[in-house]
Amino acid sequence: MSSLTKIILQRLGLGLLTLFAVSVIIAFAVELLPGDITQAILGQSANPETVAAFRAEIGLDRPAHVRYLEWLKGILTGDMGQSLANKRDIEDFFGARLSNTLFLGGVAAVISVPLALLLGVLAALYRDSIYDRVVNLTTLTSISFPEFFVAYILILFLSVNIGIFPGISNVSKDLAFGEKLFRTILPALTLTLVVVAHMLRMTRAAIINLLASPYIEMAVLKGTRPMRVILYHALPNAWGPIVNVIALNLAYLVVGVVIVEVVFVYPGVGQLLVDSVSKRDLPVVQVCAITFAAVYILLNLLADIVSIISNPRLMHPR
Amino acid sequence: MDMYDRQQKELGRLQAKVAKGSMSRREFLSRVSAMGLGAMAPGLYMQSAMAAPKQGGTLRQALTGGASSDSLDPATFLDSYMINVGMGQLRNNLTEIDENNQLVPELAESWDSSDAKTWVFNLRQGVEFHNGRSLTSKDVVASIQHHLGEDTKSAAKGIVSQITEITVQGDNQVKMVLEGANADFPYLMSDYHLGICPENDDGTIDIQSGIGTAGYKLESFDPGVRTYVVRNPNYWKSGRAHFDAIETLFVADTGARENGLMSDELDVISSPALATASRLGERPGIEVFYTNGNQHCTLPMLNNVSPFDDNNVVMALKYAIDRQEWLEKIWFGYASLGNDIPIGPANQFRATNEEIPQREYDLDKAKYYMKQSGYSSLDLKISVADTAFQNSDDACVLFSETARAAGINIEVVRKPDDGYWSNVWLVDPWCASYWGGRPTEDWMFSQVYSKNAIDTGWSETYFNNPRFEELLPQARAELDSAKRRDMYIEMQRIVHDNCSVIIPIFSAYGHASSDKVKRSANVASNWEFDGHKNVERWWFG
Amino acid sequence: MIKLFLSAPLSAKFGMVIIVAYVVLALFAPWLAPYKETAIVGGAYELWSDKFVFGTDNIGRDMLTRLIYGARNTIGIAFVTVLLAFLIGGVTGMLAAILGGRYDMIIGRIVDILMAIPSLVFALLLLTIFGTSIPSLIFIIALLDSTRVFRIARSAAMNVVVMEFVEAARLRGEGMAWVIRKEVLPNITAPLLAEFGLRFCFVFLFIAALSFLGLGIQPPLADWGSMVRESATLINYNDITPLLPAMAIAGLTVAVNFVVDWMLHLSSGLRSDQH
Repeated sequence: MSSLTKIILQRLGLGLLTLFAVSVIIAFAVELLPGDITQAILGQSANPETVAAFRAEIGLDRPAHVRYLEWLKGILTGDMGQSLANKRDIEDFFGARLSNTLFLGGVAAVISVPLALLLGVLAALYRDSIYDRVVNLTTLTSISFPEFFVAYILILFLSVNIGIFPGISNVSKDLAFGEKLFRTILPALTLTLVVVAHMLRMTRAAIINLLASPYIEMAVLKGTRPMRVILYHALPNAWGPIVNVIALNLAYLVVGVVIVEVVFVYPGVGQLLVDSVSKRDLPVVQVCAITFAAVYILLNLLADIVSIISNPRLMHPR
Repeated sequence: MDMYDRQQKELGRLQAKVAKGSMSRREFLSRVSAMGLGAMAPGLYMQSAMAAPKQGGTLRQALTGGASSDSLDPATFLDSYMINVGMGQLRNNLTEIDENNQLVPELAESWDSSDAKTWVFNLRQGVEFHNGRSLTSKDVVASIQHHLGEDTKSAAKGIVSQITEITVQGDNQVKMVLEGANADFPYLMSDYHLGICPENDDGTIDIQSGIGTAGYKLESFDPGVRTYVVRNPNYWKSGRAHFDAIETLFVADTGARENGLMSDELDVISSPALATASRLGERPGIEVFYTNGNQHCTLPMLNNVSPFDDNNVVMALKYAIDRQEWLEKIWFGYASLGNDIPIGPANQFRATNEEIPQREYDLDKAKYYMKQSGYSSLDLKISVADTAFQNSDDACVLFSETARAAGINIEVVRKPDDGYWSNVWLVDPWCASYWGGRPTEDWMFSQVYSKNAIDTGWSETYFNNPRFEELLPQARAELDSAKRRDMYIEMQRIVHDNCSVIIPIFSAYGHASSDKVKRSANVASNWEFDGHKNVERWWFG
Repeated sequence: MIKLFLSAPLSAKFGMVIIVAYVVLALFAPWLAPYKETAIVGGAYELWSDKFVFGTDNIGRDMLTRLIYGARNTIGIAFVTVLLAFLIGGVTGMLAAILGGRYDMIIGRIVDILMAIPSLVFALLLLTIFGTSIPSLIFIIALLDSTRVFRIARSAAMNVVVMEFVEAARLRGEGMAWVIRKEVLPNITAPLLAEFGLRFCFVFLFIAALSFLGLGIQPPLADWGSMVRESATLINYNDITPLLPAMAIAGLTVAVNFVVDWMLHLSSGLRSDQH
């Protein structure tokens, strides 16, 4: 077995342990939340009798650890369980939500990652020029606006005023790919504005950092053109930190977009998660949280693998 | 019925015929002229022809109050979204509140009671469920029983628990016997939980499929996201349900609803932002309208907790709040003043301003009651959240500014929406709350202000007044309207002066729609969206 | 000090001036603001005028006053939060690097687990459990942020602790606190500083996001994030009021990061200037 495979297997094992720990924490935290699902659903009309009847109906009258172990048994045998609130099988509706979330994250990634790399490389190439300063200023400004505000501004200009894109992203699973893409553009653009700055700054910093290395200086002294120096000498060695930041941001595009989902009425996992937390629907919360955690872990693993491949010395950490 | 009423009724009938296209202009004009209204006839004709509902189109509407935990079980309906889908689109009730806020027959063609205790409902014949099966009395009994019994979790339990006996009498009659006389009982049958569903073989009802008898059939239901229904071609009501299909989205964010409407992704939305409603309405092609119903905000105090056990303190607070300022700054005029009485404009026996004058901001009176109470100054906390009513935090900050002059310091504590009804409401001594209102006085009073409400967990104040308790069952059983009115006025006065609740505002229901969406001149105000019957009453022009 | 300021590039000077201005606003808010923080002085949404420079907010409080007090609350909370996050994350991170072994592994695992839970949802859970008082808001955000600081501090410190001078100090028998303070900390300031600049503004944004979900700072306190939230939809009606608090946040972010860039530049020995 090659040592890379070994590292991957090791990390996957650790990842499973992390997922287990996450599920315990989530179960514990939801248990600690004031009120339970019966009160959340019955609202003002919750009274002792109806609450007790509802609790008995969904088995909430049993101790928490018993319910957790049952859930764990289910999930290990591939059964996601049912929503406590309306007894729907989670696997029936979770898949559609997840594919929406991944679609939005994917579109945003396809726009933002190349854009950030391109702008970052150019910023490194023309560092301290007017271009560099303008890019720096614009991206800093764009990340300091709250996401929902960026979204409202984009909607105002691109949707309400000139009517190119729809103001809400009403996607459903029977939409054709093109139509779905069209309806996803505005939320994806919002997310792009939010994540580009971080990736761009890291790309620029990583490249500039390397430009001081002796081998680059040598290349420069040999008269290699600056663009070539960056693309062929600096960038290949800067991948490590850049890929790490990209992975972090990709994870954000999947797990951190609940507000964009709310503003664009986009039916993704984020809204489902927040909704289920407020209704204390533990099985749904668990599936969403575990999925998010898994996405995070896998993307980080992927980033580390890329780093290792680009710099094999990392294979043998101290 | 006097002459004028009879004339109006006849006119309405003629106009409806024109609207349906079953009467010519010429015939209409001659009939109206015969009534002595010749000069007005052409205008009246235009009005009704313009208003003629047209068939067709897909209505795209956005509502609040949905969640991914929603279910089609009527026992769990709680908020706007499912009320609109369940009561407005899929199922009918025995009775209905019409666009004039009057009780009219729906699945029950008529009803009878000699003593207000035993009620017989005669079902309409020839009504079919969406699956083609005919409605019978067994479906009705099973649907009501869904909310009865030990193990029900239904929010309607409080309404139906007065039924001691419910039986079928043949295919088309249902008999219900109550534990005490209740003249308003047919009103209760219009409650949104009590939609009639088809009975299963085992005596339960089918709550999952969404099959009902109403104007639209369920195509798809994605809780917390969207519901899609198509017109029921066999709908038994004529001149109702004009759209081919309805797409109902749950949109929590106000900005998103308005963006959807302005970019023509939606045709009608609920609750546009109050602050900008007038500016939204000025946009070409968009119309904003409000309905004044029974929905009201309350600031209830638990009267078994000091200092709210002292009615002088309560009275001081009732005079220390500037309701007019609330109306202008929080509701931007889209509401009406409350008078510490939970009976609203859509109720029958609401006290007039002459009977119980409007309470106003009066610093002298507030100071007087403070002096009576013996407190020189008071430090109070009020818990608020948006789920109680929008901007309740800002509203109570206004209150704290006006109350300070009377020596009352109010600290506004914002609590999370999440868990508010179980952890703050009825727990903290003073908080913000709201009621959708009830179509009858008895319903409102029994559910929230009676002694019994303390036991059932609905009383916000632990109000317990002997005279009020005495009047409550009397008024409920009284069939003479004038006598009932007197009793209800007295009860309103008791609450106005003795109950530890401030009711500052009756908030209006806000809507914004594209001007393609048409509706008749009268719109029900018992709930938003024309009493949530908009999908069968409105149409595309 | 003045010399250092004069030697700074234009962007850094600009940044420092802005930061000083914000700090002055925050410290002297009661004297600078035209009205009291929560006083209702006019009608709702009054237009810009001599009396109300930026008009009034939704219940008739002076917008300029709210912005000035907003500086105090927003910067104060963000500063304390970030400081706390760096304290928790920085110390545990350096300890993990120095001590290594089991301690490193346990803390590392815990951090991995905390980071795997989406932070907004985690904050939502914790704030609902513990309530949205300002101390709990600060502590919870600091705790979640400290995981990121931990990572950076640990990996930066890793590179330092293997150096001879650290080993020598430990062989000399210097205490842990001494090693951290004198040897490790000075050598890892650069990456921590870079992170500080962004973290600082992320705290405002995080609070703004929380207020969007109905949690956040208690009324009637003013904070910029919630002010944007309250008025955000006004931009649809060509009213630029919501831009004011948003620009206030952006101005501070840009200023802080300009200064941070320059400090990084100084500490990296002006490396990138050689070309």
